[in-house]
Amino acid sequence: MNGHSFTLQGAALVALPSGALWWPSEAALAVSDLHLGRSERYARRGGALLPPYETQDTLHRLDADIQATGARTVLCLGDSFDDLAAADALQETARLCLTRLMAGRRWLWVEGNHDPGPIDLPGSHLAVARLGPLTFRHMSEPDERGEISGHYHPKFTLSARGYRVTRPCFLIDRARVILPAYGTYTGGLSSADPALLSLIGRDAIAVLTGTPSVAVPLSPQRATTAS
Amino acid sequence: MTALPPALAHWFAARGWGLHPHQQQMLDQAAAPALLLIAPTGGGKTLAGFLPSLAELAEGGHRGLHTLYISPLKALTADIRRNLTRPVEEAGLPIRIEDRTGDTGATQRRRQRADPPHILLTTPESLALLLSYPDAPRIFAGLARVIVDEIHALAESKRGDQLMLCLARLQRLAPGLRRVGLSATVDDPAAIAGLLAPHPAPCTILTADPGPDPDIAMLDTAAAPPWAGGGGRYAIPEVLEQVARHRTTLIFHNTRAQAEIFFHELWLQNEAALPIGIHHGSLSREQRVRVEAAMATGQLRGVVCTGSLDLGIDWGDVDLVIQVGAPKNVKRLVQRIGRANHRYNAPSKALLVPANRFEVVECRAALEAVTAHDLDGEPRGPGPRDVLCQHILMTAAAGPFSADALFAEVTHAGAYAGLTRAAFDACLDFVATGGYALRAYDRWQRLMQRDGLWQLRDPRAGAQIRMNLGTIIDTETLAVRLKGRMGQPLGEIEEAFASTLTPGDTFLIGGEVVRYEGLRELTVEVSRSPGRAPKVAVFNGTKFATSTLLTQRILDIFQQSGWPELPAHTAGWLARQREVSRLPDPTRLLLESFPHDGREHLCIYGFAGRNAQQTLGLLLTKRLEDQGRHPLGFVATDYATLIWGLDPVTDATGLFDRAALRQGLETWLAGNAVMKRTFRASAIIAGLIDRNTPGRRKSGRQATFSSDILYDTLRRYDPGHLLLQITHEEALRGLVDFGRIEEMLDRIGPRIDLVRLDRVTPLAAPLMLEPGRIPVDGAGRSRLMAEAAGRLLAAAGLG
Repeated sequence: MNGHSFTLQGAALVALPSGALWWPSEAALAVSDLHLGRSERYARRGGALLPPYETQDTLHRLDADIQATGARTVLCLGDSFDDLAAADALQETARLCLTRLMAGRRWLWVEGNHDPGPIDLPGSHLAVARLGPLTFRHMSEPDERGEISGHYHPKFTLSARGYRVTRPCFLIDRARVILPAYGTYTGGLSSADPALLSLIGRDAIAVLTGTPSVAVPLSPQRATTAS
Repeated sequence: MTALPPALAHWFAARGWGLHPHQQQMLDQAAAPALLLIAPTGGGKTLAGFLPSLAELAEGGHRGLHTLYISPLKALTADIRRNLTRPVEEAGLPIRIEDRTGDTGATQRRRQRADPPHILLTTPESLALLLSYPDAPRIFAGLARVIVDEIHALAESKRGDQLMLCLARLQRLAPGLRRVGLSATVDDPAAIAGLLAPHPAPCTILTADPGPDPDIAMLDTAAAPPWAGGGGRYAIPEVLEQVARHRTTLIFHNTRAQAEIFFHELWLQNEAALPIGIHHGSLSREQRVRVEAAMATGQLRGVVCTGSLDLGIDWGDVDLVIQVGAPKNVKRLVQRIGRANHRYNAPSKALLVPANRFEVVECRAALEAVTAHDLDGEPRGPGPRDVLCQHILMTAAAGPFSADALFAEVTHAGAYAGLTRAAFDACLDFVATGGYALRAYDRWQRLMQRDGLWQLRDPRAGAQIRMNLGTIIDTETLAVRLKGRMGQPLGEIEEAFASTLTPGDTFLIGGEVVRYEGLRELTVEVSRSPGRAPKVAVFNGTKFATSTLLTQRILDIFQQSGWPELPAHTAGWLARQREVSRLPDPTRLLLESFPHDGREHLCIYGFAGRNAQQTLGLLLTKRLEDQGRHPLGFVATDYATLIWGLDPVTDATGLFDRAALRQGLETWLAGNAVMKRTFRASAIIAGLIDRNTPGRRKSGRQATFSSDILYDTLRRYDPGHLLLQITHEEALRGLVDFGRIEEMLDRIGPRIDLVRLDRVTPLAAPLMLEPGRIPVDGAGRSRLMAEAAGRLLAAAGLG
């Protein structure tokens, strides 16, 4: 399988180019920050009338990952919906699509700050999920080990001979993985942001989404932002 | 003949001033519903525009707003207010004059709405804002005249389109409104008149005496210009000599970066310590104001500048204009030349400095065009619909409106006269519901219909609409300050450039070398670092494409049998090209194919202007890749595209097939960054996404996502959406400029000559040295990323 393979607390994991995390031995797929219904929430609040296709697009990509991996467990690490009302306002087609994806596999909804409560969909609703040596939650906690989280939407900018590319990325250190945002309508926070640097260890690497998978150490970037 | 009011006539007489004939004509024609004055710079054009207002207001008795003056430059409104207030006060006329721009304080703005002055001086954006308030009908009820200054400049951009829509609105609020346009010399006055007049009413055109022809030549230099590149550094000794010989010299550059480098080098050679300053749009306001003041009082002998001094006030006593780099556009050159010598009826003096060998030919072509009074005009086509969408939003912010009445109103604006009802309705639908093919959501409603009138669903949305008014899309920039408490502001640089800096890097700003210390909030902190060689600053200087007229004239020069009028180095270069290959012909397309330095090259002399040649590079490399011919990269200039790769191109069959190129634009190129930038601009103007205000950028970085995502989503799920249609229309001009490729195809027909050579040709050689090489998307990109990752790993001791 394409992607970046690594080990966390003895668990062999793969950071997929799509932004999902694959755990082959458990046949578990983790994604974070789907932000389904974001355009609906904007429109409801009198903001911009964004193209109402992001839910469809996000689920389409998730479907492809599930098909490609044959995942038996799917973990959504919070902010799966842009807010709880967006979960209720889900279009019938999207609801059907989700139900179809959930059929025949274990599905865990971990709560996020955008969706901090039970939603009217099947699956288990949890604040934190623990599977074997790993802990899955929305926002990383400083002293946790073997933790998979999301929330920050990390991205990384690579410069090469005057050519720059910025992509969502995984941040991986000895103790944790922070997943990129999986949702179509999501922005990112630079990996050089203090909020992320204070969480992530000095040995951390960033794995850029997209093909090819590129892994880069965060430290050279740190040296330049330290002063 | 209409006379001036006695008090004003007396004031003029006391100074020994008389009216120019065109100023008198403006008074005589004051009743015309639409009146366009074409006059050269320095012809007292602005005063001519105001005289009828002063005459009408001199009696007293008019209550409220009488005249609205609109200028493209904020700075100009403040200056005109000072210049106009003096005669009005000294002649004791009962006229109140005020200006209103983005710089006007909130209290003053509120007061102006409650109690408008007789004459209000403002900008297109501030006018749109005024019209977006519900009390606009009361403010403008008594408006008698509107004066649009520098209308030739506005007519070239969306700011002009927006303004003309606003004039249509004003006309409805004040049906007796008379319109006056003030323009520099243009190629097609009737086109400007058509924009100014309420369609289909006629427009009276007055043309002032253009004055004597300018005294214009190429600067003789000891050193020959370099083969490639810009900046004109080689000519600094002669430029300094000219500055020493004149009172005040303006030294124009095409980009801010070039102005910075030239200024820096100029000072290294300025042994006489001539007082020379720098002025461009990226410098801090304080810096610019200081230079302007020093110029006005005659303390500066020279100013290195960019388009920031193209328009506006006559700073000081300029007696020489030097244009460094090819002028690209004859009209703008003529207007720049007009900045020199403001004594009416004295010739303006100008010198051209070609920055490289090719530009010698272009400067020659420009000289001939100026002498022949041949000005370039690129017709703009119908009014863009993103601007119309914003206009509909502005109208909704002001209050409920009927679709029928608004349609009738906007089609009175010349640029929108041909707008169909269906096209208008599509814009209205986009504004009201987003205009998406997927119609299941009832919450997608910004406007709703009540009693047959359209209105904002949530009246509070008006504030957000007002914040986004305007059609100028800035690249995102960061302020530059000296490090330390209360650090002095120096100017701004592009965010993309700032992100390439690491502490210790040096760059030029305001003519000094500074050292990058770090980023603090959204400010770039620097320290002074004199004496170090700077890493070049990249400013958001606009890259104009050479006009069709100039490229045509260059091709004509190529057809001559010899070039006695060109310097020997350039004439010899062209002769050598003719000997080993051939020179490009206006009715044919020349392609040269040759190996060089281990790679195969293909040079396409399309003469379609920089943006179109770049688009051609993108389209052709994609086609070559599809054909398995392994292109590796390309570089584009105003006259050619040079592609390099692994395999020789010896057969161009089908490469320039019109249908295939158009297909490439619609499919492959549609995913390219230039199209995404085009989309972003239209999406902001049309109101789909908010402008990035610095405050919002700071607070919500995680939440905001790039417009590229919206573009990709629309392409995938709603390919017929209005904003994609608009993006496609915009791609015919501007950054993509596909219109110029079509023009080229029309010009060359099936006449394509591919010349196979065993080495690089004289004409192609400079292209090898051009900066701005673009690697071909695809295999090349992956390789670059892997390379960069390897370097980072090595730097971290992991490689």
